[in-house]
Amino acid sequence: MRVYLTLTRRELATYFVSLTGYVTIAAVALLCGLSFWVMLRTMGTMSFQVPVTELFFQNPMFWFILLIANAVITMRLYAQEKYSGTYETLMTTPVSDLQVVAAKFTAAWLFYMIMWLPFLGCCYLIQNYAQQAGALDPGVLISTYLGIALFGAFFISFGAFASSLTVNQMVAAMVSMLLGMAVFALGYVAGPGFVSGPWRAQVLSRFSFFEQMREFAHGVVDTRTVMVLLSLAFLFLFLTLRVVESRRWK
Amino acid sequence: MDATPMIEVHQLTKRYAGRTALADISFSVARGEIVGLLGDNGAGKSTTMRILAGFMPATSGTARVAGHDVFYDSKEVRRRIGYMPENNPLHNEMRVQEYLKFRARLKGLSRAVTRERLDAVLELCSLTDVRKRIIGQLSKGYRQRVGLADAIIHEPDLIILDEPTIGLDPHQIRMVRQLIKNLAGSHTVLISSHILHEVEMTCSRVMIMLRGRILASDTPENLHRLIASKGQIIAEIAAPPEELKLEWARMGEVEHYEVAPAEGLFQRCALTARPGFDLRPQIFALVQARGWALRELTRSRHSLEDIYMQVTKPNEEEEF
Repeated sequence: MRVYLTLTRRELATYFVSLTGYVTIAAVALLCGLSFWVMLRTMGTMSFQVPVTELFFQNPMFWFILLIANAVITMRLYAQEKYSGTYETLMTTPVSDLQVVAAKFTAAWLFYMIMWLPFLGCCYLIQNYAQQAGALDPGVLISTYLGIALFGAFFISFGAFASSLTVNQMVAAMVSMLLGMAVFALGYVAGPGFVSGPWRAQVLSRFSFFEQMREFAHGVVDTRTVMVLLSLAFLFLFLTLRVVESRRWK
Repeated sequence: MDATPMIEVHQLTKRYAGRTALADISFSVARGEIVGLLGDNGAGKSTTMRILAGFMPATSGTARVAGHDVFYDSKEVRRRIGYMPENNPLHNEMRVQEYLKFRARLKGLSRAVTRERLDAVLELCSLTDVRKRIIGQLSKGYRQRVGLADAIIHEPDLIILDEPTIGLDPHQIRMVRQLIKNLAGSHTVLISSHILHEVEMTCSRVMIMLRGRILASDTPENLHRLIASKGQIIAEIAAPPEELKLEWARMGEVEHYEVAPAEGLFQRCALTARPGFDLRPQIFALVQARGWALRELTRSRHSLEDIYMQVTKPNEEEEF
């Protein structure tokens, strides 16, 4: 546990000693703000019956952030260490492979959550300046953040997996971005006219992330979605662990 | 002290796709020894060290560190070693003391012990002045010492240093060498180098590796003796060359001689003695008797380089 915490702390600190961390946060803050501004303009012209958070997730900014920022966050996790050789010094200390995989994932995920703090600021502004008292329901805010956290866990786990496969950060970023887009597109294949049939459509509809995120933002927590995202995150963490272990395979 | 050897390697083989890096090597290292692995690039030094450090498995054969198998008992082995890989990779964005603290915690030291050991290694490696500096901004000599400090911070039984002096200036090399010598006794040290002088200076035993094999393993002195019979005596004497040649031919112990003119009136004589003879007293007596001037009388000690060249020669001829 102590080793895990030490590693997590160092991994998380790495984001804040280099420019990349700040640039990522700034870029996300910009996209968030842009999204917020678009939302405010629409809200000024007509009235809506849906929560503010859902409006926010109706434009595709969120998915830009998730697909690109996730690749930027995760690309260095393993590739950078392998490239610089510190992977060797790390792996020859008495740490277990599981500790390394878990710590790297935790650090990346925590950074991802920190990255989403500006969104909280947008919500605060709405609550403060909206005329109605019920402009922002705390329950809806919590379920929105749960959605952000779960989608983040999934996207970061396969970003970490992509990084563990290579020594080149650019390759890692490209693999995770392409994989992310492919998985994201799966949800649209399930629509009518593409894939029909009882079970195939049902399986594919579990990947309609856009709709699922809207549900979270609406205040609906679907346990099926939660389970799918969690199992996918664990699947990729398990695969990452196997890649890290493979160094010792004969 | 425990009687089991610190390192026991038995018929170790490592093959990368299509290439044999280690071919069936066996050796053992006793506790407290400082052993040097000597060889060209690609001789198998780093591979041996990586296997011993538990970073990668061997294709076949066994390796044990302090009685623990490096493959099946990897964590126990890693607890007992301090390993500095080739090129000494460090986290460049961290500060010296921050990095060493992080490494100590990774190696399982408690907070209190970490603090105590940190001060000790900073002192030992003369890093106290730069403890707050960022590693990426340090000179190569300092970086190397940070790597060494990391390798010894948890007081490991076995210290494995892969090319610890590569790319350093002579002053820094001397410092690192002194540091390694200070570790002797309380630690077992395995060093690799392709600079022969290096291992000769620090190690109590030298293993010469070539293409994944160990060619020779002995003390530097014994390796010297191995070819000492071919050692030469150099004498610079001011005398007519013909007379000198006559004298050397008359001297029974001289196996071979060469006389060449040096600056001034002096002649430079390179003499090879029969095995087991030291010609120097006789030369001095001769010079004294004839009233000649003598300005140099030395025995050229063979450096490991000669030994190395000699041992590795047949194999090289094989290839070309």
